[in-house]
Amino acid sequence: MGMTITEKILANHSGRTRVAPGESLWVDVDILMTHDVCGPPTVDIFKREFGEDTRVWDPDKLVILPDHYIFTQNHHANRNVQLLREFAAEQALPHYYDVGSPRYKGVCHVALAEEGFNRPGSILIGTDSHTCTSGAFGLFSTGVGNTDAALIMGTGKIWLRVPETMRFIFEGELPPYLMAKDLILAVIGDITCDGATYRAMEFDGKAVYALSMQERMTLTNMAIEAGGKNGVIAPDATTIDYVRARTDAAFESVFSDVDARYFSEHRYDVSTLEPVVAKPHRPDNRASVVEVAGTRLDRAYVGSCTGGKLEDFQAAADILKGQEVVIDTYIVPATTEISQSLHTSSIDGESLWSIFENAGCKMGQASCAACLGGPPDTFGRMQGSEVVISTTNRNFPGRMGSKQASVYLASPLTVAASALTGRITDPRGVLV
Amino acid sequence: MQSIIRGLAYVVGDAIDTDQIIPAEHLVYSLKRPEERRMYGRFAMSGVPAVDQGLPFGNRPFTDPDRYESRYTLIVAGRNFGCGSSREHAPFALAEAGAQVVIAESYARIFYRNTIDGGFVIPFESNEKLNDQIRTGDDLELDTQMGQLTNHTIGQAWLLKPLGDVAAILKAGNVFEYARQAGLIPAR
Repeated sequence: MGMTITEKILANHSGRTRVAPGESLWVDVDILMTHDVCGPPTVDIFKREFGEDTRVWDPDKLVILPDHYIFTQNHHANRNVQLLREFAAEQALPHYYDVGSPRYKGVCHVALAEEGFNRPGSILIGTDSHTCTSGAFGLFSTGVGNTDAALIMGTGKIWLRVPETMRFIFEGELPPYLMAKDLILAVIGDITCDGATYRAMEFDGKAVYALSMQERMTLTNMAIEAGGKNGVIAPDATTIDYVRARTDAAFESVFSDVDARYFSEHRYDVSTLEPVVAKPHRPDNRASVVEVAGTRLDRAYVGSCTGGKLEDFQAAADILKGQEVVIDTYIVPATTEISQSLHTSSIDGESLWSIFENAGCKMGQASCAACLGGPPDTFGRMQGSEVVISTTNRNFPGRMGSKQASVYLASPLTVAASALTGRITDPRGVLV
Repeated sequence: MQSIIRGLAYVVGDAIDTDQIIPAEHLVYSLKRPEERRMYGRFAMSGVPAVDQGLPFGNRPFTDPDRYESRYTLIVAGRNFGCGSSREHAPFALAEAGAQVVIAESYARIFYRNTIDGGFVIPFESNEKLNDQIRTGDDLELDTQMGQLTNHTIGQAWLLKPLGDVAAILKAGNVFEYARQAGLIPAR
């Protein structure tokens, strides 16, 4: 019997020819990623367990991307970036992207793609639950805590249980008013927040392969919101083109066998889906935009690893061009590369940056910003009982900084359409 | 792993994510420096909305204002406890507040891993929904070897699910000790 892509990658990295769901393995890690929130405590554990003078197992495989609490006066947050800086210098790490330097990137999951660390067939582990994003490139990626990361830092290894795989097949042609965000919110609404716990989520089908890498990343990014261990999409020409443009590193593409065994199979015809939101306070609290249309809003937010990529801003700008927002609308590019692209990409001769500024949006700097609240001076953070519609990934109580706030998750199209009216608005009524 | 754990219950609902266990704004504190790490005990479970804090009553904070330790030792939760972010600060905060055990219907996997690999709290799974049978403040006793939970306040007992494979890591103390015993990293 065949194996899924997830099973094959885990077998390849544990010296096995085949593995089956349920087995626990020690596997070799190709890339370990950490950031300013979990990096310093990981380093503390690494030194506690392996000694003050220990070297990391392979400096070329450790990527440190400060991104969470960057533009803040909070001295503990700034101290944590300084600790990363010192560790990177001490260990002579080639892949440290320092705040305040031209190398600074921003949101780690998008930066990993841009910098060529997402390589098909590999294993990438990160101290962040949205590390599953990288699986869009046909690799195994998952989030871990500081302890597991510290063990990898010292040994290059992690123990993993082979997950069963759930297969999500998207067929049909995606209508212009839908984005990958609508697809994944529909899936999470169907299977709920723990519907994929301990399992791999494999996305397949013509409609998935018609998506760009940025849109595929939105699908795998939110696998964790259904409890998934990893999200994965087998590589194709689109994947290889993206990766080859960003790295010379060797990699080997891996694919699921035709006779691979799946835990379950879920089919969607994307041409029949409609714009959706996740209502407060759970990502699986799905409603169609039609059902909640008219809900009064205080804010709109476009940003994060989920919804702060260039194509997310292109979608929002399409709707905001020549218009004015009527509620506070925050634009936060995930990375500095995207931030620069907002100046160089244009619609009908006007740059995206200018479209947003002229629409009255508040422009932020590349970072995680208000997606997860953060220190009180974080850009766009909720401070009270605001009702916000956001392209981010989570809406549990307090996620964006205030327990009294209510967060609706939606696609960049739906968020932009709603920013123009101050009420949840169906993008179908705004798109020409 | 301590064989008998007795203390007061703290009861919460379903899908308590790690932002509710420890809100992101507090993650700036060091987990090593004593004057900072105690902040995790102070703010543990502070992200749970007030009406849901300490069921079935509500408005019962896990850690009293301006304190650093909780009066509660055993957390009783519903489904998908610890979902959301991978922050190990979450099980760390529970342990720092003095909690020793979580008993939930189910866990999100990263949180579950973190509790075990870091050796913070023991994550038991119940065979049935218990967060509507146990009330915050009830006097609980857990036999960790037998997996038996007794509620002395109402005189009822339940058998919990066996810990399974992960008991070996809990017994070793954390994943480093487990890896040393398995010969994967050198003994100290």
